[in-house]
Amino acid sequence: MILVQCEFDTKLKKSALELLGAAQKLGGDITAVLLGTGAGAVATEAAQYANQVLVCEDALLEPYTAKTFAKAIADLAEQAEATIVLLAGSRGGRELAPRVAVRLDAAYLEDATNIERIEGGLRIQHYAFLARVTETLEATAPIVVCSVKPNTQAIAETRAAGEIYEVELELTASGVNILGRIQEKTTRVALTEASLVVTGGRGLGSPENFALIEGLADVIGAGVGATRAAVDAGWRPYGEQVGQTGKTVQPNAYIAVGVSGAVQHLSGMGKSKNIIAINKDPEAPIFKVADYGIIGDLHTIMPALIDAAKKLRD
Amino acid sequence: MKILCLIRQVPDAEAKVKTKASKMDFDGTTMALDGMDEYGVEQALRINEGGANTIAVALGSNRFEDAIRRALAMGIERAIHIETDTIFDVVSQAKILKAVVLEENPDIVFVGGQHADTDSQALGAALAEALEWNQITWTTELTLDNNQAKATHDVDDGKESLELTLPAIITTQQGLNEPRYPTLPNIMKAKKKELKKTTPAEYGISTSKVQIVAQEIQERARLNKLIDGKDPIAAAEQLIKLLHEEAKVI
Ligand SMILES: Cc1cc2nc3c(=O)[nH]c(=O)nc-3n(C[C@H](O)[C@H](O)[C@H](O)COP(=O)(O)OP(=O)(O)OC[C@H]3O[C@@H](n4cnc5c(N)ncnc54)[C@H](O)[C@@H]3O)c2cc1C
Ligand SMILES: Nc1ncnc2c1ncn2[C@@H]1O[C@H](COP(=O)(O)O)[C@@H](O)[C@H]1O
Repeated sequence: MILVQCEFDTKLKKSALELLGAAQKLGGDITAVLLGTGAGAVATEAAQYANQVLVCEDALLEPYTAKTFAKAIADLAEQAEATIVLLAGSRGGRELAPRVAVRLDAAYLEDATNIERIEGGLRIQHYAFLARVTETLEATAPIVVCSVKPNTQAIAETRAAGEIYEVELELTASGVNILGRIQEKTTRVALTEASLVVTGGRGLGSPENFALIEGLADVIGAGVGATRAAVDAGWRPYGEQVGQTGKTVQPNAYIAVGVSGAVQHLSGMGKSKNIIAINKDPEAPIFKVADYGIIGDLHTIMPALIDAAKKLRD
Repeated sequence: MKILCLIRQVPDAEAKVKTKASKMDFDGTTMALDGMDEYGVEQALRINEGGANTIAVALGSNRFEDAIRRALAMGIERAIHIETDTIFDVVSQAKILKAVVLEENPDIVFVGGQHADTDSQALGAALAEALEWNQITWTTELTLDNNQAKATHDVDDGKESLELTLPAIITTQQGLNEPRYPTLPNIMKAKKKELKKTTPAEYGISTSKVQIVAQEIQERARLNKLIDGKDPIAAAEQLIKLLHEEAKVI
């Protein structure tokens, strides 16, 4: 039995569809778990992809805390006699999954880009050493918990609808008092799902100059990213940061403007299919990993690039 | 307040990593205290000025001693080194470290938010669960009032602020503080500070649930087609043409 913890808002999130897709590929019975307010409303959708759906809207699941969710998932995994538990490799998933693994005394595999069954367990691949190394790991244990990197798995296919069960859990309050949440809303395509990304670094020199980044992004339909230097300077919100302490992206094309290409930045974007750099310093490390680039001043290059992209579009 | 900082030794971010026969080869690679753990060390020293009641704990090979000395030179009072060449899975690590935490009984355990060797974010959460404590991950702001902690931290789609009662696991990252450099007198003093050695076996753990089968460096061959930007308009048109016709990305 594979248990899949599904993230949702008013529908299943893409991460959940990917986890269910990964579970279908592994083969065997699938139990989808939906926890928290609104779980019931997505149960029918989840049932299209799984043999059974477990729904729990216990009041203690709101607001989300890792401790309470971990107990809920571990209890359900035990009841369902799961041997594999899959969770999203989102930031939230990666603080939840290890707790589930500890509760189940399971083996834990983190942020898998590739998963396959082996006798008595799982073999995965994931990135290590600031994403400079690809590791193959094997876990053989009665229960293996695995978080799966977003945007690495094919989404699930619909099948004969599974059964839906409302379940009761014995939960306790976590003791964490959530004071507030600031959602960083962007009207642009989500950075981690964008097939094109334009990123600005310290070379932009000021927050106003990010109009050059946004201008190009608007013309080609790209997400906007920033380096830590730009975020630390207060020019851009943290949600746009790409790198070790920001987001990991793997778009078709990553356009880095006024970005030097520090290791910590490369660890978040080095797997992009095409890397394009605009930088005035021909020695900038970013050029070593670039497929295309212009050596020049971004203040003259960017307006020209926006014009050329507009011409192509129109 | 008693504070424990988990630390580790990793390849320096600027160092080139290499492999030999599908395994990491650290020969000649400069190693350093993990930058993410440094924020925890710094925060501990800001909470307990002078370093009283701060303890660094490291689980890893004998080479981790350099990272431990660095933390002591920054100002940490004493250290515990659980020495092993085995790379344990995170659930086993949490079992070992839980025993240490229960012996020391701290109010806060700081852990780096993501480690620069395993790229893992799991240890703080795993240890929190083993202890049945709460955790604050990816912490960017922290204030303490007796045994109440208030914090802001990053979540998937923004920021969250929360409060909880200690003890807690707090995972650290950039933005929390600016870690200090050790001063020469403190580097000298660090050599005399207490460093207790122990092994995972003393906590009843000897095997890992996860095996590393292979480690490979997979660098994508890059085209490196660089255009001179002296004529910005011509350069821009050439780049757009390449992206459209050759790379087919726009
Ligand atoms: C623990 C830790 C975690 C980190 N995490 C991250 C992370 O997640 N993400 C991240 O990005 N960084 C991270 N960093 C920081 C990283 O090491 C670099 O400092 C940062 O990426 C540099 O940003 P930058 O390229 O914008 O700035 P710089 O390195 O200052 O580069 C600016 C570039 O702009 C070019 N430039 C300047 N003017 C112009 C012009 N007019 N036209 C064209 N080019 C110009 C310059 O030649 C230079 O190459 C982390 C560091 C640590 C220690
Ligand atoms: N998964 C891993 N694979 C290989 N090395 C690792 C792994 N996790 C940690 N290490 C590294 O092993 C180093 C210790 O190497 P050594 O001193 O040669 O035993 C540590 O500094 C870590 O960077």
